[in-house]
Amino acid sequence: MWLIMTALAAIITTVIWYAKSPGDKYKLGLLSSMFWGGTIMWLVDHVMAYLTEGGEFFEVNLDATMLGLSVIILALCVWIIVLLVSDPKGVLKRASKG
Amino acid sequence: MACFLVPAGEAIVTTIAQKVMEKKARGGEAPNIMGLKWSRRLSWLNKLLWGGSLLLALEHVWHGEVVPWPPFLTAMENPADVAPMLHEMVTIGSAMAVAITAIWAIAIAIMEFRAKSKLEIQPIPASGGNK
Repeated sequence: MWLIMTALAAIITTVIWYAKSPGDKYKLGLLSSMFWGGTIMWLVDHVMAYLTEGGEFFEVNLDATMLGLSVIILALCVWIIVLLVSDPKGVLKRASKG
Repeated sequence: MACFLVPAGEAIVTTIAQKVMEKKARGGEAPNIMGLKWSRRLSWLNKLLWGGSLLLALEHVWHGEVVPWPPFLTAMENPADVAPMLHEMVTIGSAMAVAITAIWAIAIAIMEFRAKSKLEIQPIPASGGNK
């Protein structure tokens, strides 16, 4: 389930990044790269596990869904931290000056 | 078990390579046909590798395979689990790193091919002119 959720997040962020391009003021490229990295790695993991062990390809249950949500939240947290540190609109700079 | 450590290891290497290239570029690395420097292209690979490794690390913590106390990997606590862990790192971990690198390389190759073909299509301005 977390593979599907991460892939969906990767597609959505890529569409938004493309719509906002050529500029990447809000670092959406970083966010979509994180999601794509996770999606590719989990896809490889799922395919190899399916080929060697068999069983269900997608794990659909509450635990897997909660993990998917946690993964998305972690990526968003990292993205927000990077965004606030770089402060592209200078909002924090202005706020600190009063 | 610890498959994400292989792409994370690659990420460390490529990040160092990017920093070295950035240092050298201060001397004046010429951008290629796409107007992109190698350090910039490597930064995309780094984002994929670091991002993917971070998300996979969370999954391993979720499943109790990584813990915040030494030896950090639960497979290391039992000697019988060490060999399967290393086998998983070699097979699945390496496959993950290869897949990410291959997709990145293909994307770069497509972008360069498109940039080159665009340059070839552009008409060469005639020297002089005709009345």
